[in-house]
Parts: sequence; C-alpha cells; structure tokens
Amino acid sequence: MTVLQGVFLITALAAVISAVMVVASSRLVHAALWLVVTLGAVAVAFILLDASFLAMVQVVIYIGAIAILIIFTVMLTRRVMADSGPQANRAWWLAVFVATVMFASLLALLAQMPSWWQATPPALVASADFLVEDLGKSLVDLDRYVVPFEVASVLLLAALIGAIVLARPAEDRGKTGPE
Amino acid sequence: MIPLSWYLLLAAALFCIGLYGVLGRRNAVAILMGIELMLNAVNINLVAFWRYLTPELIAGQAFAIIVFAVAASEAAVGLALIISIYRQRSTVIPEEIDLMKW
Repeated sequence: MTVLQGVFLITALAAVISAVMVVASSRLVHAALWLVVTLGAVAVAFILLDASFLAMVQVVIYIGAIAILIIFTVMLTRRVMADSGPQANRAWWLAVFVATVMFASLLALLAQMPSWWQATPPALVASADFLVEDLGKSLVDLDRYVVPFEVASVLLLAALIGAIVLARPAEDRGKTGPE
Repeated sequence: MIPLSWYLLLAAALFCIGLYGVLGRRNAVAILMGIELMLNAVNINLVAFWRYLTPELIAGQAFAIIVFAVAASEAAVGLALIISIYRQRSTVIPEEIDLMKW
C-alpha cells in the first residue's frame, strides 16, 4: 500500500463516518458540524484527484457558504427544533431499505466494469497550472461551456433574489404573520 | 496508485447515506443536508471519471463547477423557504406542512 492509498483510505473513512453522523445525529447543530467534516474530506479527495481548483471551490463555497448558511438556519429555527423527540420519521426503516438496495445495485453495476477495478490514472499531459487555466478558458469559450456557465450565473442570480424575497419578514409585505 | 473503483465506492456510500438522510429524517434542514451529501457524491464521481478516463478533456471539472452553482442556489432557496415557512407555521417538519395537501 502506497502513501497515497493510505491517505485516501483515511479520507474515505473520515468522509463516511462523518456522513453517517450527519444523518444519525439527533442535534442538528452537531449534524451541521459533521457535514463540515464530510465536505472537508471530499475536498481532500479532490486534491488526490489533481483537481486543486475544485478543492478550493469546495472549501470556499461548501464549507464557507453552504454549511454556514445551514448552521444559521438551524439557529433561526431552533425553538421548535427542541433537539428531542424522534429525528427519524415513521418510514425510516423503508428509507434504510431503499438506501441499502441502492448501494447494492450500485455495487452490482460496478462489478460489471472489471476494467475499472484496477484502473490507474493516466499521466497528466499538462501541468497543474495549465489545467486551471484550461478550465477557466473552457468556461468562457464559445465552442465549449459558455452557455451552461452563463445559465448557471443567471440561475444563481435568480436564486439570490428569490432567497431575499422569501426570507424577508412578512411585515414588509403587508401581511400579518406570527413573528 | 489508487484504483478508480475506490473513488466510486466512496461516492456510492456517500450517495446512499445522503439518500437515507433525505428519505428518513423528519427535519427539513436535515433533508437539505442529505441532498448536499448526495451532490457531493456526484461531484466525486464526475471528477474521478474525468481524471481516470478523459484527463485530456476538462469537461468533468466544468460539469462539477455547474453542480456547485446549482447546489449553492438550491441551498439558498431551500433555506429561505424553510425560514419563511417557520415564520408562518412555526414548524420545520415537512409532515406538518400540509397547507397544499388535499
């Protein structure tokens, strides 16, 4: 076992254990903090895959923005959270069943691809700097991904405005809501 | 070197844990966290396939960036909806939000 494999195994173990804690933890704040651990482990996996820019984006967007947003929401809705009572719904056993069946079928699909089991990464033809540069150019290149990139920008803008409108206090809209 | 299947196994495990979180948890915020886990699993798959099968095309990473953008929008709108519903109904349990049920 090489050093890289050891690093990957530790990362994967951390990711899976913290992911289980995310869905099993009864306190939502703890679940959100475990989610940060999972997201960090995924960032390490990106580094192992030579996707350094994505690892940085993962830390900045997921850990820096989305996880913090989730923690804020947990704090804002804390009163009814109560941190007690069952955190799983009535059909939780069905959810376990569906997730297990999904995992088994994914494993079965993977078993049909024997060439993937021992596949090793081909040597990168370009340097890491060139990869980041190429990624940036491909997002504004008319022949490549400029359209999905611009659509994603518009989607983000629409989501931002929508989130502001939705989360504004009800009084501002002239309605009477229980604040 | 690390075989491709290890990444796929990690992604499959994360995806199924997230699936349980979406289907089995009562709290809307916990459901959103399950969705984030599933999106992360998909991103691992995309980047792993890019690195092992088509490293000369940058498509896998570009696709992952689009997924990041969609995940950010989804989290922003979803959490705003949860806060808005909490203001109106004082609950974040989807089972109790039955205004639009028959």
